[in-house]
Amino acid sequence: MDYLKAFVIGGLICLVVQILMDQTKLLPGRIMVILVCSGVVLSALGIYEPFSKWAGAGADVPLCGFGNSLFQGIKKAVDKNGFLGLFEGGFKSCAVGVSAALVFSYLASLVFQPKMKA
Amino acid sequence: MAEQVTIKEVLSEEDSQKRNKKYNDYVASVTPKHSWIVNLFWAFVIGGAICTLGQALINLYRYLGAGKEDAVLYQIITLVALSTIFTGLNLYPKLAKAAGAGTVVPITGFANSVASSAIEFQKEGQVFGIGCKIFTIAGPVILYGIFSSWIVGFLYWLYTLYFQ
Repeated sequence: MDYLKAFVIGGLICLVVQILMDQTKLLPGRIMVILVCSGVVLSALGIYEPFSKWAGAGADVPLCGFGNSLFQGIKKAVDKNGFLGLFEGGFKSCAVGVSAALVFSYLASLVFQPKMKA
Repeated sequence: MAEQVTIKEVLSEEDSQKRNKKYNDYVASVTPKHSWIVNLFWAFVIGGAICTLGQALINLYRYLGAGKEDAVLYQIITLVALSTIFTGLNLYPKLAKAAGAGTVVPITGFANSVASSAIEFQKEGQVFGIGCKIFTIAGPVILYGIFSSWIVGFLYWLYTLYFQ
């Protein structure tokens, strides 16, 4: 059941973004920024976290889930450390994803050669 | 639809306004036209499949004894690693051609754009090649992610000051 939910919810988010891309010709970089920021806002409005609890990976794997974890991290840090938490929570909550992307990508640049564009 | 224009006609046109118009017609005639229904279908299927893979990984790590939050983090690491390998083998771009948003929206799309710029710019050196260009996509995403969450976090902080 959780597989079906992940497939349908994740697929639907991608489908909506595909419509946006077809209509506006926005480049992937901008799409990613929009997704993360909208995840942050939806999370702050208290919408995304319950949605993510329900939809599982279908809500966590898309980049708006990244935005959600950013705000949840800040919220947790503010609850714990007050003002200082504003400057701690964000990086803490995205640390795993960003570190993994940077470390693996650097390793990949040692292993793989750039491909010629056909 | 605009009439068929060749690039030679565009280049030989003297009047710059007419040339611009011809150029636009030319671009319109060579831009591949995908049926939007097909685009939507593949975005849905591939995006959904990547999320399902994520769910399978979460379940696997939970089964192996990881806590709920840790299982999600291990899942992210695994997806990022897989996406980096697929990018290095030049398979992710092939998938992206068909899937569009289906490969951009998931976290694997983020990993793909980081890895592809790291691989692409290695010829320009360690510091100004890989070091700078690795952040071509990651930079904006991290900046606006951190900044927007700081702003709403600030509002939340004010809220906690006065209402709790």
